[in-house]
Amino acid sequence: MPTITYIEFNGTSHSIEVENGLSVMEGAVNNNVPGIDADCGGSCACATCHVFVDDAWLAKCGTPDTQEKSMLGFAATAQENSRLACQITVSDALDGLVVRMPEAQH
Amino acid sequence: MSNEGQDAGIVIIGGGHAGGSAAAFLRQYGYKGPLTLVGTEPLLPYQRPPLSKAWLKGEATAESLALRPARFYTQQNVETRLGVTATALDRAAHTVTLNDGTTLGYTKLILALGSRARPLPLPGRELGGVMELRSAADADRLQAALKPGARLAVVGGGFIGLEVAASAIALGATATVIEREARVLARVACPALSTFVQEYHRSKGVDVRLATGVEALEGEGGQVTGVRLADGGLVPCDVALIGVGALSNDALAQAANLTCQNGIVVDLAARTNDPDIYAIGDCTNRPLPMYQRWHRLESVPNAIEQAKQAAADITGRPPPAPEIPWFWSDQFDLRLQMAGLPFGATQTVLRGAPDVAGFAIFHLGPDDTVLAVEAINAPADFMAGRVLVTKQKQVAPGLLADLSSDMKTLAA
Repeated sequence: MPTITYIEFNGTSHSIEVENGLSVMEGAVNNNVPGIDADCGGSCACATCHVFVDDAWLAKCGTPDTQEKSMLGFAATAQENSRLACQITVSDALDGLVVRMPEAQH
Repeated sequence: MSNEGQDAGIVIIGGGHAGGSAAAFLRQYGYKGPLTLVGTEPLLPYQRPPLSKAWLKGEATAESLALRPARFYTQQNVETRLGVTATALDRAAHTVTLNDGTTLGYTKLILALGSRARPLPLPGRELGGVMELRSAADADRLQAALKPGARLAVVGGGFIGLEVAASAIALGATATVIEREARVLARVACPALSTFVQEYHRSKGVDVRLATGVEALEGEGGQVTGVRLADGGLVPCDVALIGVGALSNDALAQAANLTCQNGIVVDLAARTNDPDIYAIGDCTNRPLPMYQRWHRLESVPNAIEQAKQAAADITGRPPPAPEIPWFWSDQFDLRLQMAGLPFGATQTVLRGAPDVAGFAIFHLGPDDTVLAVEAINAPADFMAGRVLVTKQKQVAPGLLADLSSDMKTLAA
């Protein structure tokens, strides 16, 4: 199972094995990693699973679609490497992925 | 029963989105004591929004519906008591009695009792095929009935009714929506949005009947065959879904003399008038500081926000920053997103043409403060609106209406 490392805003790090096919958001929620709210349950409606993807992994995470881009454009503290974790599907290619959480999701 | 000298722990009554989230946040925030989650339904907490959409259309699995996997509760040391209902609350003794005869002691109690479908006292409501949609079990019954060619009649043109009508069409059934008011979504959306949504449903084959009262449900052999309208007409159907709003499940709290008024009254820390009892989610009537009023919000974001408030207060954390209410709905290929509530709005501004390609409606106060946004297939306008409402920014209506205005600049 791929291991994803989630780093909270305060620096606390959680390395978690996440099943292929789940989203990076689900990996966090299923393991009670703080900092990813996921109000809408993964339907790309809320932008409360905002993460920063470490640059080395950005390309492997794919390209955000129009809906995600629109949502991210207005997320507080959005950066070039911002993604919605519900839109990144875990696969073997993402084994070792590191994502960082913003200070707040709202 | 006295719990002095030992931590009876935290008991959460209600296994929905609010209750499940509260359990998760309590552990996230460092609570290490005993934690029990009591749910009436036989299922672990799951997401209700997909019930009228993906679940109904067979596009979701039990696994994807679950809020968290079963192992979560073991790993987080949350004891779950499913399929049982709290029948009495003794505030003096700090105990809750369940319908299986057991009694649970608590140090702190979180009521996440949810809401129930508002009953419609119609003749024939006991007929087979007359349904409501609150639970996964309801959704399974509905799905089984919505075979290709089945005729669905929906009483009530709210979110649930419209979402189910859209799903029914996708499943090859026919759908008629019967709404008492002159427009759909009358309680939750502005007239322009209602007009667009009802016309879109019609264009997709939904028979939308407005300003139409319902007299009775008619049947044969114990099975519903039609909805009799107040004007004498009949809408023939094989399934009748009643979706006319929800009521707070606050009976347990009322019986225990907690302050209730259209729901359990709470403050911004989700506290009731009993210092050891919190209430969260659909069952509460909560303050909306931005709008200077109390309101009952039936939404997932509200359930999560209040779960955070209660967990933060119990664990001695600072309260989370207040959020503005927001809602979403998917119907056909329409994504409806709304933020804020248009209380006190005196101006309505349309951004974009009302079309499936996307548009938004902003609601402003007399001083141009943005109070609410309703967006259809316009996620950027929704997000911008959410920021504007949160910041209580004033924006000239002309700027919002002008598609050449950069929303990022306006929202900055």
